[in-house]
Amino acid sequence: MKKFLATTSAIAICAVISTTAFAGATLESVKKKGFLQCGVSTGLPGFSSADDKGKWTGLDVDTCRAVAAAVFGDAGKVKYSPLTAKERFTALQSGEVDLLVRNTTWTLTRDSSLGLNFAGVNYYDGQGFLVTKDLGVKSALELDGASFCIQAGTTTELNLADYFRANKMTYTPITFDKSDETVKAFEAGRCDALTSDQSQLYSLRIQLKDPSSAMVLPEVISKEPLGPVVRQGDDEWLNIVKWVLFAALNAEEYGVSSKNVDKMAASSKDPNVRRLLGQEGIKGKGLGLSDTWAANVVKQVGNYGEMFERNVGQDSPLKISRGLNALWSKGGIQYAPPIR
Amino acid sequence: MATEQPSGSAPAKAALWRRPVFRSTVFQVLLVLGVLGTGYYLFTNTLHNLEQRGISTGFDFLSVEAGFGIVQTLIPYDETYTFGRTFLVGLINTLLVSGLGIALATVIGFGMGVARLSSNWLVARVATVYIETFRNIPLLLQIMFWYFAVLQPLPRPKQSLELGGTVFLNNRGLYLPSPVFEPGFQWVAMAFVVAVIAVIFMARWAHRRREQTGQQFHTVYYSLGILLGLPLLVFLVAGSPLAWDYPALKGFNFRGGMTVIPELAALLLALSIYTGAFIAEAVRSGILAVSHGQTEAAFALGIRPSVTLRLVIIPQAMRVIIPQLTSQYLNLTKNSSLATAVGYPDLVAVFAGTTLNQTGQAVEVIAMTMGVYLTISLTISMFMNWYNNKKQLVER
Amino acid sequence: MSLHKEPHPDLPPPMTSVGVIGWLRKNLFSSAPNTVLTLIVAYLIYISAVPLVQWALIDADWVGDSRDACTGGGACWVFVSVRFDQFMYGFYPESEYWRVNLAFGLLVALMVPLFLERFQRKGWLSAFILFIYPFIAYTLFYGGSLGLKEVETSLWGGLMLTLVLSGVGIVASLPIGIVLALGRRSSMPIVKAASVVFIEFWRGVPLITVLFMASVMLPLFLPEGTHFDKLLRAMIGIVLFQSAYMAEVVRGGLQAIPKGQYEAANALGLSYWKTMGLIILPQALKLVIPGIVNTFIALFKDTTLVLIIGLFDLLAMIQTAFTDPKWLGFSIEGYVFAALVFWVFCFGMSRYSQSLERKLHTGHAR
Repeated sequence: MKKFLATTSAIAICAVISTTAFAGATLESVKKKGFLQCGVSTGLPGFSSADDKGKWTGLDVDTCRAVAAAVFGDAGKVKYSPLTAKERFTALQSGEVDLLVRNTTWTLTRDSSLGLNFAGVNYYDGQGFLVTKDLGVKSALELDGASFCIQAGTTTELNLADYFRANKMTYTPITFDKSDETVKAFEAGRCDALTSDQSQLYSLRIQLKDPSSAMVLPEVISKEPLGPVVRQGDDEWLNIVKWVLFAALNAEEYGVSSKNVDKMAASSKDPNVRRLLGQEGIKGKGLGLSDTWAANVVKQVGNYGEMFERNVGQDSPLKISRGLNALWSKGGIQYAPPIR
Repeated sequence: MATEQPSGSAPAKAALWRRPVFRSTVFQVLLVLGVLGTGYYLFTNTLHNLEQRGISTGFDFLSVEAGFGIVQTLIPYDETYTFGRTFLVGLINTLLVSGLGIALATVIGFGMGVARLSSNWLVARVATVYIETFRNIPLLLQIMFWYFAVLQPLPRPKQSLELGGTVFLNNRGLYLPSPVFEPGFQWVAMAFVVAVIAVIFMARWAHRRREQTGQQFHTVYYSLGILLGLPLLVFLVAGSPLAWDYPALKGFNFRGGMTVIPELAALLLALSIYTGAFIAEAVRSGILAVSHGQTEAAFALGIRPSVTLRLVIIPQAMRVIIPQLTSQYLNLTKNSSLATAVGYPDLVAVFAGTTLNQTGQAVEVIAMTMGVYLTISLTISMFMNWYNNKKQLVER
Repeated sequence: MSLHKEPHPDLPPPMTSVGVIGWLRKNLFSSAPNTVLTLIVAYLIYISAVPLVQWALIDADWVGDSRDACTGGGACWVFVSVRFDQFMYGFYPESEYWRVNLAFGLLVALMVPLFLERFQRKGWLSAFILFIYPFIAYTLFYGGSLGLKEVETSLWGGLMLTLVLSGVGIVASLPIGIVLALGRRSSMPIVKAASVVFIEFWRGVPLITVLFMASVMLPLFLPEGTHFDKLLRAMIGIVLFQSAYMAEVVRGGLQAIPKGQYEAANALGLSYWKTMGLIILPQALKLVIPGIVNTFIALFKDTTLVLIIGLFDLLAMIQTAFTDPKWLGFSIEGYVFAALVFWVFCFGMSRYSQSLERKLHTGHAR
């Protein structure tokens, strides 16, 4: 009997606590926990992958670290939850992760009916095809009747269906939960082609035993703006993630990098730079962060260009060129609103 | 908690809180309150969370166009069908692999169970090694082993292993010719139905005759004869209304015929070999549970060994085997949900996987999925209880 | 004329019915069909076992530190030996391995007396293992106190995680299982109904959906901002699932206790809890120890499912190792190694449970 009394009273107390939750809860709870719980992929070199010591690296991982740097002033205060494509939205919706940066495509459905908000785009991508060279195919239009290895629960699955329907061709989808299973199946010849976001194709290709035996077809069949996602209903948190991304872009635009950030902070006369680094203007007040939030991001993680080159660009095994992801001033479409 | 009874009074009624009825009532009321309270607590939390995060609720998504393809569909399906349809496709794929798995596991299990009791030392040893090896290795590991280590390294389509140009085996599946029914085949099907009905009547008649006169009647051979002979006769009379569609390599893949995809094959192999090992144990324990006196008594009555086995041992052994067998069937069905590890499109992989992800309605989708498995398992449990009651030994 | 007073000594049985030949005749070649069967099976064993031994032992490579060491054409066990530490400890920091070893070493040391016939205080020791030891193990594994470095649960992995999950699963599900089993046999209709519903629900759904719910949906049911460790959530799922099975095992034991025992306890005027705690449960639990061990085996195998929700147990670690670009194409070796490890544990335990079954066969079972 006592046990039940105890249980019921515990329940009553919890119920009281639960009603005190309010809209801007994420920043608060992240600060209270002392770390950021970030949802990433189960292993996609260049975006998020763990090495054999369990250390995470990649463009998406750097985005998580940048947010942690802005919130805590310490980019190391992140814990990663590796999620399959199928689990990711449920994990974010339920609150298991505070932030989802898992090469996730921004779509209307996801933004409007899944209870999620996209905070921006950290990589502009498009869906492509990877085939073995000995298949002798030069264009995706020659793939009628082919079978495709895909990751389950992605926009890729939907785009593939659309593309083949529009071109009146048939196809067989072979779906897997994890990207390494997909690559393994492709390598073994379970399917004729592997389809995914182009950036991923390059990343997956280096996982093949002989990367030169496969090639990426020229067609890009979809728009895939990939970005960080947060829960709906917490604008404060949405703003933080959004502006961390913009800060990294602005930093690149103004020439502030992790190497020169201290010097710039000390000596720069450019008002744009001074506002970015928290020396004048609104600083961190509107976001509920410290004044040096953006400086911390640049100093500890780097500007967008640095993140890009380090993880997927010329300094990485992937060697992807900037393309659409170059700054707007350099022929790309990465464009950040001004910090002022 | 309780206070002492005032002394001196005659065997008065026990205090209220000491009466069993009172206690049990209070306890149960508290339990109900606790359960309802917890349920309400979880329910309101979920509702609050769903609403606050702007997650869609309700089952409207079932009629929305799915927009993704599925590799194996037994009912018509393409991207233009709805999410509700993906539920059906997944469910049918689950039932397919479970059904085939149960059939295969039963055959393997009975074979190995009997083999383990064989008087042939070598056969008994092989059966023992089989049982002890496969039931002690996790099923998931076995599924992955079959898929990634055995089936994927098979040759590619262009180098397929073939059998007479009609059956092909490669790492994209096993390709078999499929029957094409031509007009007139419905007569054959009807003949088969007639044969089945005839066999049922014959079996009843034979049973009645045995009860009345004690004479045996070998229904097995006659049944086989009727079941095969009648449809065959009609088939020939109707002018063989059946053709075969042979698989052939066209473009990238084989087309035509039937395909057993490697995902299904791996899952089926692992499920039936794993479960077969448990069934073999059940069969062995069932046969051993029939006391030896039963056999001796039957022999003493002059009943032949084969008849003894059929009419004395097996009916009694089944009493022990059936409950274990049903729970193994149940396990197999639930274990088929591991399909998601190799990408076989079962209910969990398709519906609780892709559909859940595309719609984001985890609560509804998971509830439906669990509901399916619960229904299956409760149905089987009910059957088992019914069977148990029917077959229970009637003692004094 | 002579008279044989002594009986003639028995002739030895014919050569063909004793010794090796006799055994062969009796067990392998007793009849024509049996002979054919023996020959076929022997041939099948020959064609499958010889290449297997050749691959796994004779042509295999054992030492080295890269794939170049594998030249024999057989199995490349170098793959396993290079990654052995990871398979055992996951991402646990190398400098802290001693803590894991100490914890498991302690457990083994504590368990040994339980198997000794002469050891008297088995009850106390079991209680210590069940109730005190988990805290010691937790302190060692997780650290963060007593000057031990904190090791996050996300770094736990490999065989260690498999053992932790199954250990917690069994220890926590036993008491819940007992309560449920008592509830199911209770005379109070609501208690009984609640137990039945709980048991049948968890037994009716696949573990994988339970784990999915525990890993990504649980926070949805709780107040906002409630945080649990992912490993802890997986454990909750496993324990709920497992306790339903445990309840059924315990119920089997309760049913096997003769009615006379209940009646005798009632006649002595013992209360319900005294009847159960002093008379029924001690007997029933003793009866179902083999059943509990069997449940444990099933649980041990089922823990591999956590790889689907992204925890790195032994199988998941091996699976991860396959994607290392330096070691592509050694999946068979990896799977065989994993199978061997699981097999040794499960087979050992099932043997133990069988021997217990024989030892504990006290005639109560009906």
